Amino acid sequence: MAKLRTRKHKVVLSRSTGGDFGINLFLVIMGAFMFLPMYYVIMQSLKPLDELWMFPPRFYVENPTLSNFSDLFTLMSDNYVPFSRYIFNTVFVSVTGTFGNLLLSSMAAYALAKLKFPGRKFLFQLVVKSLMFHQTVTAIANFLTMSTLHWLDSYLALIVPAFCTSMGLYLMKQFMETGVSTEVLESARLDGASEFRTFWVIAMPMVKPAWLTLMIESFKNLWNSGNSIYIYSEQLKTFNYAINQIVTGGIARAGVGAASTVIMMIVPITVFIICQSNVIETMGSSGMKD
Amino acid sequence: MSNKTAVKRPTAQKDMTKAQWTWKEMKKNKVAYLMIAPFMILFFIFTVWPVLLSIALSFTDFNMLEMPNLVWVDNYIRLFLDDDIFLLAAQNTLIFACITGPVSYIMALLIAWFINELGPKLRSVVTLIFYAPSISGSVYLVWQTLFSSDSYGWVNGTLINLGWIDDPILFFQDADYIMPLCIVVALWTSLGTAFLSFIAGLQNVPRHLYEAGAVDGVKNRWQEFWYITLPYMRPQLMFGAVLSITQSFGFGGVVTALCGFPSVDYAAHTIMHHLDDYGGQRYEMGYASAIAVILFVVMIGANTIIKKGLSKIGQ
Repeated sequence: MAKLRTRKHKVVLSRSTGGDFGINLFLVIMGAFMFLPMYYVIMQSLKPLDELWMFPPRFYVENPTLSNFSDLFTLMSDNYVPFSRYIFNTVFVSVTGTFGNLLLSSMAAYALAKLKFPGRKFLFQLVVKSLMFHQTVTAIANFLTMSTLHWLDSYLALIVPAFCTSMGLYLMKQFMETGVSTEVLESARLDGASEFRTFWVIAMPMVKPAWLTLMIESFKNLWNSGNSIYIYSEQLKTFNYAINQIVTGGIARAGVGAASTVIMMIVPITVFIICQSNVIETMGSSGMKD
Repeated sequence: MSNKTAVKRPTAQKDMTKAQWTWKEMKKNKVAYLMIAPFMILFFIFTVWPVLLSIALSFTDFNMLEMPNLVWVDNYIRLFLDDDIFLLAAQNTLIFACITGPVSYIMALLIAWFINELGPKLRSVVTLIFYAPSISGSVYLVWQTLFSSDSYGWVNGTLINLGWIDDPILFFQDADYIMPLCIVVALWTSLGTAFLSFIAGLQNVPRHLYEAGAVDGVKNRWQEFWYITLPYMRPQLMFGAVLSITQSFGFGGVVTALCGFPSVDYAAHTIMHHLDDYGGQRYEMGYASAIAVILFVVMIGANTIIKKGLSKIGQ
């Protein structure tokens, strides 16, 4: 029998000091592994030129400067495609893609979770199966489809496929199963609300955590999408692509590269910080039953 | 996975055939089909159809210029018997997947478990630290700066300063270093959705189960984890496994960004690169489709095996 210590009539779970120490040590080491590279980028982006070229390289910055960021803008404005165009592309693709994905996924998820119709299990299983393979598998055939549709080298090739992510539908459906009470839906229907109205006015507000999660998932993918095989024109390329060009451009641009990486990472991280508790709540229902 | 409807047929309508009944149910639920239609149509065009098309094309010599000819299994024979680089790529992919998949899965689970014992404030900060690399896009390029091939790279600079080496090591050009480095970077970016799912799953385990466990003789946290936590969060473990497997086969982008394409001596050449080479550059679509089909079969196979294994936890 385990020794039970009780404090205020509550069972205290047995925890060894050695275990606590080991666990915290592990967390600190892993945390350092995860955090230090991120920290290093931020430091690099703030280093003036002479510190970037200092030997040995340092993990901190003595005279922080924002000149790398302003250099980035100068450098990009000399480009054949203006800097603002890349940003516009990324923002435009991210926002429209995310919005469409949210709308289509929630509508389909609502039907799959709350309406009973022949074929719904089969369709959902198909979506679950598609979580099991990576998009590289479909890239070749999608290239042919895009070329048949004359969507190559247009925004459509980036935006429309983002509308129907399996992950989005999956997370939304799982959350709706438990997050939307069937009784409330029933009473709305009795009051004569149409199914679309019930979905939009009753169910959607109940799954706010899920649509925030969906938005992050979708936004993150689109924001970080780089060199697409469907896009040739420089005018349609994304910010991430432009940044990769700069970063891989060599050591001379180390500071500028770091600055652009920092800009790229700030947006998704901020979005995640704002929505973290909602995301965790949604993930609570993400489990696969069999 | 059956396409039979979940709705029980009312006994009064037993005189109808199954098809008649299904058709009646379908008409009654027109609205439901209307609601899933936009998603499902796009899903079929961009996810289901590509798989079918790839399978069909893999038996042809389609090259985007001429009408495809049926060549049966020639593409597959060529892959396995004539294409040494494919075999190398397959080997690299398997090594990559067999290391990054399990390691990132266990890492996500352990870290999520350890984080779970922290207070709520600290927990959200630590979660962010671990999750951030996976959402920050091309931030993994910092590893190129850290392991840069001159003395201004932090690793080389430090090693030279310490006197351990005299000349900088060309990390991303040296076949011996490429794979291990890419694996480390891949692991660094791997704590994504599965990790969050584990954190949420752990938070959902009711505390009274642990208390009951303590009364029933659970001696330490490891037993508690094995006998109570893991069985309770099995659905999350399944979900996480699917994501980890899919992810472990899809790190091609990271490798290309770090070591260029093709990598030195094909040291980090994976099936994804091979696919891109034939599909995206040489337009040998039939051959590329065969590669895609193999990748598809391997991923579905890995998922099926792992699912079987996980269903045994706590039984």
